[in-house]
Amino acid sequence: MPVTAQIAFDVEKVRKEFPLLQTSMNGKPIAFLDSAASSQKPHQVIDAITTYYREKNANVHRGVYQLSQEATTAFENARERARSFINAPASKEVIFVRGCTEGINLVASTFGKRFLKEGNEVLVSGMEHHSNIVPWQMACEDRGARLRVIPVNDRGELIMEEFERLLTDKVKIVAVTHVSNTLGTINPVAEIIAKAHEKGIPVLVDGAQAIPHMKVDVQELDADFYTFSGHKMFGPTGIGVLYGKEKWLNEMPPYQGGGEMIETVTFEKTTYNELPHKFEAGTPDIAGAVGLEAAIEYIQSIGYEAIHRHEAELLAYGAHQLQQIEGIRFIGTAREKASVISFLVEGIHPYDLGTILDKLGIAVRTGHHCTQPLMERFCIPGTVRASLAFYNNKNDIDRLVEGVRRAVAMLK
Amino acid sequence: MTINEIQDEIIDEFSLFSDWMEKYEYIIDLGKQLPLIDKQYKDEDHLIKGCQSQVWLHAALEGNKVAFTADSDAVITKGIIALLIRVLSNQPAEAVAQSELYFIDKIGLKEHLSPTRSNGLVSMVRQMKMYGLALHAKS
Repeated sequence: MPVTAQIAFDVEKVRKEFPLLQTSMNGKPIAFLDSAASSQKPHQVIDAITTYYREKNANVHRGVYQLSQEATTAFENARERARSFINAPASKEVIFVRGCTEGINLVASTFGKRFLKEGNEVLVSGMEHHSNIVPWQMACEDRGARLRVIPVNDRGELIMEEFERLLTDKVKIVAVTHVSNTLGTINPVAEIIAKAHEKGIPVLVDGAQAIPHMKVDVQELDADFYTFSGHKMFGPTGIGVLYGKEKWLNEMPPYQGGGEMIETVTFEKTTYNELPHKFEAGTPDIAGAVGLEAAIEYIQSIGYEAIHRHEAELLAYGAHQLQQIEGIRFIGTAREKASVISFLVEGIHPYDLGTILDKLGIAVRTGHHCTQPLMERFCIPGTVRASLAFYNNKNDIDRLVEGVRRAVAMLK
Repeated sequence: MTINEIQDEIIDEFSLFSDWMEKYEYIIDLGKQLPLIDKQYKDEDHLIKGCQSQVWLHAALEGNKVAFTADSDAVITKGIIALLIRVLSNQPAEAVAQSELYFIDKIGLKEHLSPTRSNGLVSMVRQMKMYGLALHAKS
C-alpha cells in the first residue's frame, strides 16, 4: 500500500490542531473566513518553530561546530522539501524569500535589469494583486518599458483572445496570478505558459492563492518562475519561495548584496556565490524555513485531494446559502474557482457589513483586497470576501449567512 | 457648549446603551439621517481616501467659529462623522486645533479611529484640526 494513502478527512479533528480556531473574537467563538489574507497555523508548525529556537538555533552555512551544521541541515532540508513539494528539478532553483511579494520584486528588478529595454513590454492581467503590478511598473519606469494588461470578462475570467493579441514580440515577460485573491478565479496558467513559450517569452506565476488549495507542479506547468508565501499555506509569516529556472536565474544579476551571496570580496571586485545563495543575501529566516517545511508536511498529511473535495463542497454550500439573501451580488463567477466568495449586498457598503460581522465574531475581509484596478473594472468600491480553507466547516458558513442577514437588517 | 462639554454629553448618552447592537443601531441611524455636505463639495478636492471607506470634508469660517460639513460612502463611518461634527463644528478655530478627542475611546468606538482601520476617519480628524489651525491663523 502506498504510504501516501490518506486517512478519511475529518474537519472537526483538523480544527482541533489549530489553536487560534479555539479562541473568540468580540466575545464570540471565531468564524475565521479570511484565510486568503493569511491562514491559521496548526500546532505542528508552531511546535517546529519553537523546537528550532530551543534546540537548533545557530547561523547557517558558516560555523564548523555541530550546532551550526545542524541548523544548516535543517535549513537545507526545508529547501529540499519545498523543491519536492512543487516538483522543481533542482533545489538550487528554490530561493527562499520573505514572501510572494519579495519573489516578484526580485524577478521584476533583476530580470528587468538584464532583459528589459526601452520599447519592450511586460504583460500582466487585470486581476493582479498590487504586488504583481507595482514591481513591474517600477521595472518598466526604470527601463523605459511599458506595462500591458490582459482584460477580464464579467465573470472575472481572463479574456484569452485578448491575451493572444497582446502577446507580441515586444513582450519580454508575462506575469499572471494562478488564482485571483479577490475573485477566486483559477487562471489557465498552463495554457498561458504554452502560448508564451511558443514565442520564447518567459512567464512568472504568482502562486500565493493557489498553493493552499491545489497541487502545483512547476515542471508540468513549465513555469519559468513560480512564487508563493508560507503564511498563506499554514506556515509562518516572513518566509516564501521563489522557484526559477536555472537558465534564467544564472543570467539575472543578484538582487541584494551582503553575506551569503558572495564568493570572494575585495574592495575592487566581488564575485558572487552560486545558486541559490546568490539571491539570498544576509542571514535567512531559518526558523521560517523550518516552519514552512512543517506546513508542507502538514498539507501532505491531509492531501490535496481531500482538501479540494472539502473546500469545493463548502464553496457550493456557501454560495447556495448566501444566494438566498435578497440583493446579494457575487463578484467573480468564473467557471474554474477556488474557495473564495466575494460579494456585495445592494445598498450596503462593504465596510459597514464587515464591521457588523466583526462584532458577531466573523472574520472576513472587506475593501479592495489590494486589487484596485480590478475594483474599477467592476465599478465597485470593494467587496466583502469570505475565503475558505480546509479547516472551515458548515457552521462557519451558517454563521456568515446569519451574520449577513442580521447586518442587512440593521443597515437597510 | 465647549468641545469637552459636548464630549461628556455624548459619553453620558452612550452609557444608556446596554449592548453593541443598540450602540451601532444608533450610529447607523445618525449616519442615515442627514445629508452632511453640500453637493458641490463632494468632489476630488474635498475627498479623503481611505482603504475601506471614503470621506468628504468641507470647512468654512463663520465669524470666529469653524463650520464643518462632511460625508462618507459607508453609513457607520458617516454616523461617526456626525458625532465628530457635533463635537467640533461651530467651535472657535483655536479650540478645534487644540482639541483632544477622548469620547471615541470612552464610548467604545476606538477601533474606528485606528490608523489600521483605514476608513478615512483618522485623516479626517487630522484634517479638521489642520483647518482649525489654518483658520485660526487667518482670523
